[in-house]
Amino acid sequence: MDAEQLKQLQSMHLPLDGVWLPKATSTIAHVVDDPFWIIYWACVIAFVLMMAPMFWFAWKYRRKSAEQKALSQIDHSQAMEIAWSVLPLVFFFWVFVLGFRGFLEMFVAPAGATEVQVQGQKWQWSMAYDHKGDRVSVGGVGAEFVFPKNKKFKLVLKSTDVLHSFYVPNFRIKTDVIPGRYTTLWFEATEAGEYPLLCTEYCGTDHSNMLGKIKIVDTEAEWHAWLDKMNTTVVDVPTGKNLFETKGCTACHSVDGSTGLAGPTFKGLWGRNEQTNKGPITVDADYITESILQPQAKLVNGYQPVMPTYQGQLKQDQINAIIEYIKTLK
Amino acid sequence: MTETTAAAHVGHDHGHDHAHGEEPNYLQASHGLKSWIFTVDHKRLGVMYLAAVSFFFFVGGLAALLVRTELLTHTKTIMDADTYNRFFTVHGAIMVFLVIIPSVPAGLGNFVLPLQLGAKDVAFPKLNLLSFWVYCTGAVMAVSAILIGGVDTGWTFYTPYSSTTSGSVVMMVAAVFVLGFSSIFTGMNFIVTIHKLRPPGMTWFKMPLFLWGIYSTSIIQVMATPVLAITLLLLIMERVIKVGIFDPALGGDPVLFQHFFWFYSHPAVYIMILPGMAVMSDMIAAFTKKRVFGYRFVAFSSLAIAVISFIVWGHHMFVSGQSELSSMVFSFLTFLVAIPSGVKVFNWIATMYQGSVSFETPMLYALSFLFLFSIGGLTGIFLGTLSVDVHLHDTYFVVAHFHYVMMGGTIMAFFGGLYYWWPKITGKMYFERTGQIAAIMVFIGFNLTFFTQFFLGSRGMPRRYYNYLAEFEDLHKLSTFGAYFLFAGLLLSLGTLVHSLLKGPKAPANPWGAKTLEWTHTASPPIEHNFHETPHAPAAPYDYDT
Repeated sequence: MDAEQLKQLQSMHLPLDGVWLPKATSTIAHVVDDPFWIIYWACVIAFVLMMAPMFWFAWKYRRKSAEQKALSQIDHSQAMEIAWSVLPLVFFFWVFVLGFRGFLEMFVAPAGATEVQVQGQKWQWSMAYDHKGDRVSVGGVGAEFVFPKNKKFKLVLKSTDVLHSFYVPNFRIKTDVIPGRYTTLWFEATEAGEYPLLCTEYCGTDHSNMLGKIKIVDTEAEWHAWLDKMNTTVVDVPTGKNLFETKGCTACHSVDGSTGLAGPTFKGLWGRNEQTNKGPITVDADYITESILQPQAKLVNGYQPVMPTYQGQLKQDQINAIIEYIKTLK
Repeated sequence: MTETTAAAHVGHDHGHDHAHGEEPNYLQASHGLKSWIFTVDHKRLGVMYLAAVSFFFFVGGLAALLVRTELLTHTKTIMDADTYNRFFTVHGAIMVFLVIIPSVPAGLGNFVLPLQLGAKDVAFPKLNLLSFWVYCTGAVMAVSAILIGGVDTGWTFYTPYSSTTSGSVVMMVAAVFVLGFSSIFTGMNFIVTIHKLRPPGMTWFKMPLFLWGIYSTSIIQVMATPVLAITLLLLIMERVIKVGIFDPALGGDPVLFQHFFWFYSHPAVYIMILPGMAVMSDMIAAFTKKRVFGYRFVAFSSLAIAVISFIVWGHHMFVSGQSELSSMVFSFLTFLVAIPSGVKVFNWIATMYQGSVSFETPMLYALSFLFLFSIGGLTGIFLGTLSVDVHLHDTYFVVAHFHYVMMGGTIMAFFGGLYYWWPKITGKMYFERTGQIAAIMVFIGFNLTFFTQFFLGSRGMPRRYYNYLAEFEDLHKLSTFGAYFLFAGLLLSLGTLVHSLLKGPKAPANPWGAKTLEWTHTASPPIEHNFHETPHAPAAPYDYDT
């Protein structure tokens, strides 16, 4: 990712509501925000109730001469001990109940929610929607994911490598994303707009660039139109170049001949003869396709087996677009 | 200075700085490097621990300053992402394992505990020495890991990132494994010492509250640390011989690591705060000239915290994929652990009522603790509440919370204790005015740095982020500015102490007029064997009169 793209990515806007919280744009946000404010005001009151006596006593009983002793050695009050143990406990129990009821609402998806698959990997999000019998896959660094408002969605999440965490502050939703297992979330957006999606479980070098943009549109029609657009890949050089730049390839492959990255440079790649651990090959469409879907099948000598697979994330026509782009890199 | 020395001559002090011939103090009793490396004197070991902890506090603090400097702008400022990730890992690992955990128990505790018990030393002096050597070994291993290859996993080593990333993870994890034994040995030593070496007349409820806090800490150290040791061993096995325990690619379960890790690391945070609370009781008593309010409640609250600390670890994992039922149970239990902590704070404030309150440097740190730990503790309520935690987990809100309790709590208490016992440890008085100014600078700098981070977190700023959204930049700049101010205050604070070693006036036996045995029955500094004869316990733990 170049400096310009990075600036673009990190200038995503996170709408706020007041001083403390992001703007709430999902139906579930209130089970977070209501207890938040209850706790907030209780804390303010409790803090004042503790600090006021502390400052008052410090002032009123300040030592005025070296030999001054205490005014009394009063050192116990069973009534106070009981009061300041029981009263907080009662408050805590109330807050606990609010919290766990809200938690259950947040994590038990309502019936009839539309399922969308989410995948996290170092360092991008992708989602797969079921649309007109197809699985429409969208993803990449800073990718935009469109949903209509006023519709319930259940996200089914997994990771292909290490732990990640899917966090949309404006919706108040979060879950860890785990390799080898599924986790789930649900949401229903209430307002059109663009809301950042942030990875919030440390996952290595580009953890802080692992962002997405949740775009909420007003109507299902707009959403379907977007899905239609995502479902057709134009096989051309600009599409290929865009995929190359947003699917994480630039982390390991240069286009200007620079070496020293985790993968071979793409400059002059088309038709190049390479020595691999399975013998010599000439880079053609089959080899590129295989390298994208099964990266460890034939490893160019001198490189480590670190490339992640794009199986399930890139369709063949997207791979074809990438191949068209690579052909132009002489 | 004259006010405090006058106070020292009031009452029945037996400071032996003038009588009984010229018996040298423990610093003068023997000379040469070997007399320190092979010492079994708890006081010398305490001093060496304090020096090591202060050194690593400085190193860990520098790492923090570098992290905060990088965060001045929302993209690259002075380093690349991998370097940043290593620096925040170093900061956390050093502060947790090399600084906060040993600071009060091994540093101040080693020095003060036998003195408060009227004892010549701890129950197992040679084990104590071994403890220190093990600490040094672990420290060397940790430093090697940082310098050779580096570690970028965060101090929590979550799998499978930690079982697959390159870098010196094995060495760092092995260092923490070794350091754990230092903790365990010290804990064992203190438990036996408190059970077996109390002086005549000192029943359990006549002990200073400092000892109750150290005792409770020791229980946790002995029981929890082995779990970390085994967990780290399993992680090493997974990296080196590919046994599939945590990495799903090998058939393992990453969430299992989190359960194992937090089963230790949650009690560990109470290993960190309980000693700070232990120091607080003694300081509040000394600088209000009052018995601590609610003695039994404060004593039992230490034990309660120790016990409950073992059953709340899952509150670090509400969104980890563990069952909703587990999360509910852990949330409920987490609220319970807040009660005994609150009880202590209320009792310390009540102690000030009708006391004779003075504001020497230790008391300024104690008052800071009351203010800052209260904020830390109260913000824990947000995090213990399940639905709210979903929004706040893994954001800067958590970072702010734990810095308020660990630094605003333990480190403030540690500095307070350092100043409080400094005359006893070194025989020198520090220059009060700069000590007080430094304490105020630290308080202001701390709040600037960390209160800002509550806002960052609740607005959605995740932790461990090298780059971040442009609109968070102003708050980050404010936090970084605060960090520089805080660092300056800390430098002035440590500088005040170092200056006293060179230029400070001789300290009397009991400059504070305190009532515990280390103050009433030993010289400043004490002789090698502490007491000429075993003292009898005072009639009450903080036996002030009105």
